[in-house]
Amino acid sequence: MPDNIPSTSPTRRLEHYVAPLEETPLEEIDSLKTDGKPSNLWIDAWHDVRRRPMFWISAALILLVVIVALFPTWFTQVPPNSDCQLSNSNGAPSAEHPLGFTRQGCDVFSRIVHGAGTSLSVGIIVTLLVFTLGVLFGSFAGYYGGWIDSVLSRFGDIFFSIPYILAAVVIMSVLANYRNVWVISLAIGLFAWPATARVLRSEILRVKNADFVTAATAIGLSRFRILWSHVVPNSIAPVIVITTISLASAIVAEATLSFLGVGLPSTFMSWGNDIAQAQTTLRTAPQVLVYPSIALSLTVFSFIMLGEVVRDALDPKARAQR
Amino acid sequence: MSAPLLEVKDLEVGFRTQAGVVQAVRGVNFTLERGGSLAIVGESGSGKSTMAHAIINLLPGTGHISGGQILLDGQDLATASEHEMEQIRGRKIGFVPQDPMSNLNPVWSIGFQVEEAIRANGIATGRKEVKQRAIQVLKEAGLQDADRRLKQFPHQFSGGMRQRVLIGMGLAANPQLLIADEPTSALDVTVQRVILDHLESLTRELGTTLLFITHDLGLAAERAEQLLVMYKGRVVESGPSVEILQNPRHPYTQRLVAAAPSLASRRIQASGSIAAAESSIAAEASTAAGDEIDLIATAEARAEALEAAGTRPPAIIVENLTKVFKIRGAGEFTAVDDVSFQIAKGTTTALVGESGSGKSTVAKMLLKLEDATSGKIVIDGKDLSAVSPKELFRLRSQMQPVFQDPYGSLNPLRNIGNTISEPLSVHKIGTKATRRERVFELLEQVSLPRTLVTRYPNELSGGQRQRIAIARALALKPDIVILDEAVSALDVLVQAQILRLLADLQAELGLTYLFITHDLAVVRVIADNVCVMQKGRIVEAASTDEVFDNPKEQYTRDLLAAIPGANIELGA
Amino acid sequence: MLWYTGKRLLQVIPVLLGATFLIYFMVFAMPGDPIAALYGDRPPAPGVIEQIREQYHLNDPLIVQYFYYLAGIFQGDFGVSYSGQPVNEILARTFPVTIRLALLAIFFEMVAGIVIGLVSGLRKGGIFDATGLGASLVIISLPIFVVGFAAQYFLGIQLGWFRPTVSSGAPIQDLILPALVLATVGFAQIVRLTRSSVIETSGLDFVRTASSKGLTRRRVVPVHILRNSLIPVVTYLGTDFGVLLVGATVTEGIFNVPGVGRTLYQAVLRGEGPTVVSFVTIMVLMYLIVNLLIDLLYAVLDPRIRYA
Repeated sequence: MPDNIPSTSPTRRLEHYVAPLEETPLEEIDSLKTDGKPSNLWIDAWHDVRRRPMFWISAALILLVVIVALFPTWFTQVPPNSDCQLSNSNGAPSAEHPLGFTRQGCDVFSRIVHGAGTSLSVGIIVTLLVFTLGVLFGSFAGYYGGWIDSVLSRFGDIFFSIPYILAAVVIMSVLANYRNVWVISLAIGLFAWPATARVLRSEILRVKNADFVTAATAIGLSRFRILWSHVVPNSIAPVIVITTISLASAIVAEATLSFLGVGLPSTFMSWGNDIAQAQTTLRTAPQVLVYPSIALSLTVFSFIMLGEVVRDALDPKARAQR
Repeated sequence: MSAPLLEVKDLEVGFRTQAGVVQAVRGVNFTLERGGSLAIVGESGSGKSTMAHAIINLLPGTGHISGGQILLDGQDLATASEHEMEQIRGRKIGFVPQDPMSNLNPVWSIGFQVEEAIRANGIATGRKEVKQRAIQVLKEAGLQDADRRLKQFPHQFSGGMRQRVLIGMGLAANPQLLIADEPTSALDVTVQRVILDHLESLTRELGTTLLFITHDLGLAAERAEQLLVMYKGRVVESGPSVEILQNPRHPYTQRLVAAAPSLASRRIQASGSIAAAESSIAAEASTAAGDEIDLIATAEARAEALEAAGTRPPAIIVENLTKVFKIRGAGEFTAVDDVSFQIAKGTTTALVGESGSGKSTVAKMLLKLEDATSGKIVIDGKDLSAVSPKELFRLRSQMQPVFQDPYGSLNPLRNIGNTISEPLSVHKIGTKATRRERVFELLEQVSLPRTLVTRYPNELSGGQRQRIAIARALALKPDIVILDEAVSALDVLVQAQILRLLADLQAELGLTYLFITHDLAVVRVIADNVCVMQKGRIVEAASTDEVFDNPKEQYTRDLLAAIPGANIELGA
Repeated sequence: MLWYTGKRLLQVIPVLLGATFLIYFMVFAMPGDPIAALYGDRPPAPGVIEQIREQYHLNDPLIVQYFYYLAGIFQGDFGVSYSGQPVNEILARTFPVTIRLALLAIFFEMVAGIVIGLVSGLRKGGIFDATGLGASLVIISLPIFVVGFAAQYFLGIQLGWFRPTVSSGAPIQDLILPALVLATVGFAQIVRLTRSSVIETSGLDFVRTASSKGLTRRRVVPVHILRNSLIPVVTYLGTDFGVLLVGATVTEGIFNVPGVGRTLYQAVLRGEGPTVVSFVTIMVLMYLIVNLLIDLLYAVLDPRIRYA
């Protein structure tokens, strides 16, 4: 419609243009546009996660590791420890022993299958410990502030100042005679929680000043109830992400400690132990080292990948960056 | 006759999203003469800022020009290469962005950022000259001690000071066209006025053509000779500012004019015959739009109700209220200083002030979210400082707040039903079934459908969230509602809608409102009495009519004069 | 800045005291004879036991023992090793090697990580970005000893590009392979961090304003985007140094690098408790000092902290 374009004369006589109403129909002011299904952060996250192949791949891998850990005998009949014969040392694979033998003549496949449980239980126990301590310290420090924050945060700083694997090395060295899954999990988890606490604390600092928290106070809800019913649920998403990743870190930590020789005793089936023992024959029989390394890396990878998918789904910033 | 400086023809701008291309600007045409001034007006989502970004070819994210031309001096910017645009930006088109807080790089000094603009546009070379020019630019922008402040960083500057720096940078290379994208909407009104006056005199002096983007119709009309009203990416009306304001012809523009509080308040002041004529236009607009938003009628209804309220006892008594904050290493800061006022039952008192005036701290103390340092607050005959926890719990049900930020006022993880019924369950009122009934009733009161109970806040607009927040506040049947900037974050039309809702609810339920706002224009249509706060003190307290017609204090007069659009002669 | 430095120095003191006490407590508050616990069934020479008993003041109350130990640390006295050799002497020999290795690793991960992260971030969604993201995820999943053995076997033994183990004196060319291994985890994290930081910064208002002033892309990218994106990367280096210390223990063990890490590695393997404690303490001190330096660097990079 060229004659509707406002044109100006040299004297700047501006034309008053009005668009035809049929071109610009008016909508009702502030009309409601909710036709889809109810959605909030978690529902949206699930919809997002469901569409991503990475999620299903990592979930399948994790499920496989869990099944192997729970029912090792479904996968191998060969005992991992008791049937070792030195005559089989670094022996080649065969039908019953698909991945060959270790230097001690133990079945590599059987050791890997039976090692899954160790890795997974350490991962889960450490993660529960880290999550619990992290949420308690982080939420109280961030929410109550003041001297409570100062005390709790300094306390966390002290634990944070010792890299958790180094701390675990010391604890495991001292407890040389008490090494088991619980002790090693405790040794790792005791120093790994401050990172979680810090993330939650800063998240809570952000959420606790939101108007809905003030509104809840104005209703008459107690501070403690507000913390658990309004503040923590809205701050927990980034903690979920780092908790998933910390499961992977814990599995690596266990393997690293075993590799350093302060992990679980060699009677325990552990991928870290297997790798440590195989390193002496790296030049002559590298395959003995390769298989447990693959099992370990793949398990860790599946948790890291899951953490990544969860981060993308829960963190709007990360989602925008895809 | 010279050719126009800027000609936009059939401009289309799209954003690629997962759901396909979303058109943000659809077939916009306008012409801007050399030395002229044009304001693009629209609500959020109208595409007005996208227009500004399209002209300098700095569209965010996936935005792209999908059709049409932008002719600057005959050169088409829509098809210009990035290199060509780099030559044009700064030199030919200056840009003043919206938010002074986020538009300066926090890690570089002010001097560095101004000097880099000067150097990039070849205004001066050599360290000394560049520095000299930077000081000159900043001084012209109104920073008197520019030479001293060159080494300082953005966070050491106030919002107004930063905006001056941004204006200085935009004008550093003496461009022919200056695009100002809501340059003052983040600032207090009095600061806003000073900065806009300065911008106007600077551009007049330099002969710069001005393209102004704003959501405020009054501001636009006051500052530009030509208006362009945008709605959903299209131009609905354009022409001379005053003419459009006096005689809006498109129903959307009519809606906007009727809803703009600053303009509405002017009308009330006008003589009876003019007011009648104006309201008939507004009524026409309403019929055409099939929607009723008329702030005048609202204000008139209030005047009648107020007369009846005079004899009733006060719902809130505040006496000598003081709040002192201790600042580590910096001594004490008195946020609220000896404040006293009373609010009669069933009336609205507005607490008006700019940022830092202490108005929100008063609200927090009233709600007992903050303890008073000294002074007395009496609610419903009970002294707040002396109540037991049990009494406080009961008092809370009589006094509820609605806050500013619609996106923060609702817990995003709770559905609407649970959000509204939470006060009821906390106070153990009713059974599950009766609570559900009450939620339905409340949704009806705020004009929202029952189906929302299973929905979550992220599906709702800002205005709808504020309705939910109001419903939650009303759940316990309070006598007093404290509205802390409750409509400040909303677009004018939605704002008018919510103001109308609040007025209706007050008439229906006999509520007492404490209305806290920085926007004096809104006060006119909602409040019976006004307390003007400045630096923690109430500097003027009177009825709304008195404050508007006969302000006693200079500060109040400054605030009134700073209302954009207040100077426009509508009855011309 | 001075005020900030002073404040930060004061803050580090309680953490330092707490951390050393914690380490001490973990070792010496355990039930039973700590000497027996530390050495298990391989007791050292009787003379050494005597020295250790004296060194740790085992007959005094725990808190007194701790203060003796702390006083020792402040005098630079970390006790004696298993063989009776002063830890200080071992430290003087091994410390420079580890510093060289760590600096080399930090150099590798910073340069490669920031460059790749920057390119990925600027070309978000492209093939380069997708490959970088996927690869970094895989690298993060690989435990450092797996990377170490793989590098040693393929690059050292099979291809012969590098010496599989470090020769005595640890010349810089021998340290390249261990440093690369050590750099992997940090590298992948820095790629991801730089990328997301660059994407975030690119969308900020002041970047658009910088362009609107007429600056060229070639100036906006380094001066406004990269410069601001580096702040979180530098902050990450603090955490990264902790990973690096543990990694150095493993890497120096695998490649036989005569550094602090290998000393700790061997002490752990041989079950020499007191030496382990001494070297963990040293590493924690290094960690605290590095983090202090990074905090100061952070203040240099961000004026908002500097002038707070």
